[in-house]
Amino acid sequence: MAKTQSLMAIVEKEKLTEDIYRIKLKYGREAKIEDIIPGQFVGVYPPQKDKILPRPVSICDFEKEERLITLVFRTAGCGTRDIASLREGDELKVLGILGNGYDIEQLRGKKTALLGGGIGIPPMLYLAKKLSGIADVTCYMGYRDSHTFLLDDFKAASKTVTATEDGSIGVKGNVLDALQADAQKGTFPEALCACGPLPMLRAVQRFAAERDILCFLSLEERMACGVGACLGCVCRTVSEDEHFGVPLARVCTDGPVFEQSQVVLEW
Amino acid sequence: MNGPDLSVEIAGVRFENPVMTASGTFGSGREYSEFFDIGRLGAIVTKGVSTVPWEGNPVPRVAETPSGMLNAIGLQNPGVETFIREDLAFLKDVGTKVIVNVCGKSTEDYLSCVERLGSEERVDMLEINVSCPNVKEGAIAFGQDPKVLFDITDRICRIAGKPVIMKLSPNVTDIAEMARAAEAGGADAISLINTLTGMKIDVEKRTFVLANRTGGLSGPAIHPVAVRMVYQAAHAVRIPVIGMGGVADAQDALELILAGASGVAVGSAVFNRPDTAIQVIDGIRDYLIRHGIGSVRELIGAVC
Ligand SMILES: Cc1cc2nc3c(=O)[nH]c(=O)nc-3n(C[C@H](O)[C@H](O)[C@H](O)COP(=O)(O)OP(=O)(O)OC[C@H]3O[C@@H](n4cnc5c(N)ncnc54)[C@H](O)[C@@H]3O)c2cc1C
Ligand SMILES: Cc1cc2nc3c(=O)[nH]c(=O)nc-3n(C[C@H](O)[C@H](O)[C@H](O)COP(=O)(O)O)c2cc1C
Ligand code: FES
Repeated sequence: MAKTQSLMAIVEKEKLTEDIYRIKLKYGREAKIEDIIPGQFVGVYPPQKDKILPRPVSICDFEKEERLITLVFRTAGCGTRDIASLREGDELKVLGILGNGYDIEQLRGKKTALLGGGIGIPPMLYLAKKLSGIADVTCYMGYRDSHTFLLDDFKAASKTVTATEDGSIGVKGNVLDALQADAQKGTFPEALCACGPLPMLRAVQRFAAERDILCFLSLEERMACGVGACLGCVCRTVSEDEHFGVPLARVCTDGPVFEQSQVVLEW
Repeated sequence: MNGPDLSVEIAGVRFENPVMTASGTFGSGREYSEFFDIGRLGAIVTKGVSTVPWEGNPVPRVAETPSGMLNAIGLQNPGVETFIREDLAFLKDVGTKVIVNVCGKSTEDYLSCVERLGSEERVDMLEINVSCPNVKEGAIAFGQDPKVLFDITDRICRIAGKPVIMKLSPNVTDIAEMARAAEAGGADAISLINTLTGMKIDVEKRTFVLANRTGGLSGPAIHPVAVRMVYQAAHAVRIPVIGMGGVADAQDALELILAGASGVAVGSAVFNRPDTAIQVIDGIRDYLIRHGIGSVRELIGAVC
């Protein structure tokens, strides 16, 4: 898939919680629009000139006919704060579409649980939408507290179970606690897709490995180029990379989505 | 009407234009060939390659800093055999010069890698990285002592089947002395600057941001240092100088050329804008037209 760097207009901006924003970006007139696979991401450049690197942000939704992508992001630091300070009508420099997404074909016909923790939640929405009619999907969304976001969108897209760390909404605990509660009731998934903080991914990996369930994990790593050139964003893998001859893979191009059994989430 | 002449000659090699990529920021060109025609570059300078595959450092390997970035990749590379088989093969039909960057942990490493590459037709020049701050053994140690630099340069140049560029570290007290040591050792050209050693601390977590603790600073933040060092080095030697460090547009590149560089490389700026080098080439051409200058060669070292 051809990658480009282009300017996209912010056509909608909405504050979802104290620190979570949703923006809709419109492709320029000349842009050639290709399909986007859930799990893929874009590199968004903060408007300030002294910031040179793109911020990786996952595709939360894609409306091909309307020429729109939706991003949902947390203001984690200066760059994302600068992006959040932009207004509707402003333009953003965007690099994309980047990375390898979820293998939808492997999920066909399977009872699939989508697990999203914190800022790993947004990409699961596009995945849930894409899987509708293809797999039997249940979304398990884990939040810290009652400051939830995107819940209505998830409920409209699929069966949705909510977990909060403080128990204020839904199951008390994390997404895996919620999944296990359902499993005890007899609804056991045949496939898992997870995106979230590293401790959560490690727990999901263990859960899937012990039960031999097909499982995809979406990893995060610091990036510079976003396109596979700088080797800044590697993760540990079980087997040696065909080209590099060492057990490492580039999160930006080989991932960010990996089959659970391929990656080692420790250094 | 003919446009201005952008071609330059460095150590007997003719380049269509003076703009190249900086090693390690462009892979072997494959990734960025999706964004623009990499055949338009003056040269592609490939990521450092060693005799055998290297793993590099743990992550985080990169961090952003004001107008710049730190990296501690640690020279991860597939080793020279895979490099020749896959990367050089990819570059076979790309219509530009190829400069292969070489790294090593010992003199023997450098020599065997240089020897292996010397017989490869697709290689136009070798750039020897004796200045990487991110690997524990070797590398930068060769680039911080003039005597050691002279010795390694001398041994490499005796066996190299290609013109040799020694890539100098800015992490030294006297860059002119290092430039002279490389020239005395027989280098056909020198390039500078590699990254400046830096460090970033996460105050909330009270940890180092990079797993390697220290990393190499690059980007616009180091450009004035690069201009100064290129100027000093160019005045210290008679061999050609290739300048790099923070080049993001034609202005930045012209500064290095006016300071004495025969060629310029674009590094970290590619992360901000993939086709930066093309913008630089076009910008230099516009500048020459605007000032009625026939050849970019007239500008090399013109401010002195
Ligand atoms: C594949 C991928 C998808 C992502 N998707 C989303 C998403 O949909 N929504 C969302 O809110 N966040 C997402 N993130 C995390 C997001 O990239 C960071 O929160 C963001 O880069 C922080 O930038 P900053 O300038 O605000 O923070 P700073 O801490 O000021 O950033 C400094 C530097 O560190 C990098 N950085 C900081 N935190 C991270 C991180 N967690 N991961 C990678 N780089 C980081 C920045 O890109 C920047 O280069 C994703 C990360 C990856 C790797
Ligand atoms: C991610 C990264 C990787 C690099 N890898 C190498 C390398 O393998 N060999 C080398 O000689 N220099 C390497 N460098 C240094 C650059 O080639 C260049 O000298 C330096 O970054 C300054 O230029 P810039 O400010 O334009 O980036 C690397 C720089 C970066 C940012
Ligand atoms: S960010 Fe450069 S290789 Fe992944």
